[in-house]
Amino acid sequence: MNIWRAVIEALESLNGNKMRSGLTMLGIVIGVAAVIAMLALGAGAQDTILGSLSGIGTNLLFVFSGGEDESIRNPEPLTIGDAEALQDSFSAPSIEAVAPILQGSSEVSYGGEASTVTLTGVTPAYFPVRNYAVTEGETISEEHILGRASVVLLGVEVADNLFGHRDGLVGETIRVEGQPFRVIGVLEEQGGGMMGSQDNEILIPFSTAQARILRRSPADRVDVIFVQSVDADSVTTTEEEISQILSQRHRTAVGENDFTVFSQQDMVDTASSITGILTTFIGGIAAISLLVGGIGIMNIMLVSVTERTREIGLRKALGARKQDILIQFLTESSLLSLVGGLIGIALGWAIGAVVGVISTNSGTAFEPVVSLSAILLATIFSTVIGLFFGIYPANRAANLVPVEALRYE
Amino acid sequence: MDAPVIITRNLTKVYKMGEMEVHALRGVSLEIKRGEVVAIMGPSGSGKSTLMNTLGCLDQPSGGEYILDGETVADLNDDQLADIRNRKVGFVFQSFNLLARSTALSNVELPLRYSGTTSGRKEKARLALESVGLGDRIDHRPAELSGGQQQRVAIARALVNEPAILMADEPTGNLDSKVGQEIMDLLLNLNKESGTTLIIITHDPKVAAQAQRTIRLHDGQIREEVPA
Ligand SMILES: Nc1ncnc2c1ncn2[C@@H]1O[C@H](COP(=O)(O)OP(=O)(O)O)[C@@H](O)[C@H]1O
Ligand SMILES: [Mg+2]
Repeated sequence: MNIWRAVIEALESLNGNKMRSGLTMLGIVIGVAAVIAMLALGAGAQDTILGSLSGIGTNLLFVFSGGEDESIRNPEPLTIGDAEALQDSFSAPSIEAVAPILQGSSEVSYGGEASTVTLTGVTPAYFPVRNYAVTEGETISEEHILGRASVVLLGVEVADNLFGHRDGLVGETIRVEGQPFRVIGVLEEQGGGMMGSQDNEILIPFSTAQARILRRSPADRVDVIFVQSVDADSVTTTEEEISQILSQRHRTAVGENDFTVFSQQDMVDTASSITGILTTFIGGIAAISLLVGGIGIMNIMLVSVTERTREIGLRKALGARKQDILIQFLTESSLLSLVGGLIGIALGWAIGAVVGVISTNSGTAFEPVVSLSAILLATIFSTVIGLFFGIYPANRAANLVPVEALRYE
Repeated sequence: MDAPVIITRNLTKVYKMGEMEVHALRGVSLEIKRGEVVAIMGPSGSGKSTLMNTLGCLDQPSGGEYILDGETVADLNDDQLADIRNRKVGFVFQSFNLLARSTALSNVELPLRYSGTTSGRKEKARLALESVGLGDRIDHRPAELSGGQQQRVAIARALVNEPAILMADEPTGNLDSKVGQEIMDLLLNLNKESGTTLIIITHDPKVAAQAQRTIRLHDGQIREEVPA
């Protein structure tokens, strides 16, 4: 009996009981849809996170104060002195640029409008390091630093909130924590990042922040030091140089650093492993649902074998061999799950797309990615489930004794 | 003289139902010649169907010997038995046993499919239906046919592979006497035209009277053989 004929006959038989076939398929549809949607969302989330991480800058490292071990005695904070020491091209040849920052939240106002924003005190090096540029005006210069100038750069969201528009703002004066600051430029739009909008941010000169807005103790303390490596291959070397220089300055014992160096790659790895774990976890749940779907198929095939005992007996009386009956029922069960799988792929794809549209509309650019491998995987997996769970019922049918089957009422 | 197409020696069949044993056949020895028309009669439960199922290789005997067309059936495996059912034997049942979802043509085509016939299946099936007088009903489903017509489809299906033997278990049992006689005429005609051996189980003496020989079963044994 040829396979094509078997497929047509199986389709006829499944078609003969549409409701039941549909309900049986539902388990597989849901399972496969869940797998496809999860894989698509996982891959999309990964892309988004990696995209926003690489948007921070290139070949970056971040230095925070505080060690990995909480119990270190007398931890020293990161200071301006630390940042300057890292700039020494002799002891740190693989460091391209160093940008210490102070960061906090702050109240800004203009006219009647007020808003809470992220305020960052930066040096001129911050702009190349972070790939920041302005759409109008200028960036913070060495003179602004030296003069502790009351100047500010606005993120687009801040501009929108305070002024209702984004251009022609240079020269305006806004109040930051009640103090007047002159707008010298507007930052390029950054888009949504991992940690909320990066456009609700204002930048002021580091020295101004230190002296007047974000006072720290000791006074020369910095919150984070951004370090840019000369190239991607030097990131590890850079990490070692930073550790070396800072542990010398802080006189820490080996392995007891009171600061933490974190590279962009570390963040990428962490993010990937988190999305990976999530994908695996939810994929596992989806797999269980596939398993349940498979058991549903087995159940229905067993019912179908019982119902069609007489038919099986008749076919055997007419000369059907074991393998003919086996193929007939296996074709039915794998078709059930294959069709269920295909519907599931379409449904999963649609779910992913809807989630993508919703999240994009709510501000987080997000594009679910349905890969060819995911489709192949789901198709093959669902067919195999149908085959696997069809074997037992099909075997039962194939082994019916013809005369017994014919007598069956 | 031609060798008998069916030879059984001391055939027995025991059904085990838990502790109970039912002796359905208790030593049946018979010979049926090629082209013969044989009726099997006997009271209900006397083992007629069991005997036919055994002769048709739907079931294996518990004991004794069965030689079908020169082959010792006990030596055959499942696939070989399936092949015999497919090529050498045609079955007609009391309750027609057609596939309800399939058309008359597909029903008749079924044995050809299992015999691996690849070309001209539809044509052969159509010819078989024509030979039972249903050339104009090939696309009807069983529910759209009368009882007599359904039994004709079943006969077409039984003869489409040109079997040596046609076995009919009370083929007229579900039909009124007029239609039943039409079916009998069809079967006898088939025997005359193609020389197909006919084994017909029946309760009806009028049916049995048309056979060349009647075998009477009683309690799993042959009580008498009555030549016509
Ligand atoms: N599959 C079976 N299992 C148990 N007993 C059976 C089976 N088939 C037939 N029998 C028994 O064997 C005897 C003969 O049955 P059967 O050949 O069907 O008789 P008939 O066709 O002459 O009415 C009966 O007693 C019947 O109950
Ligand atoms: Mg009977």
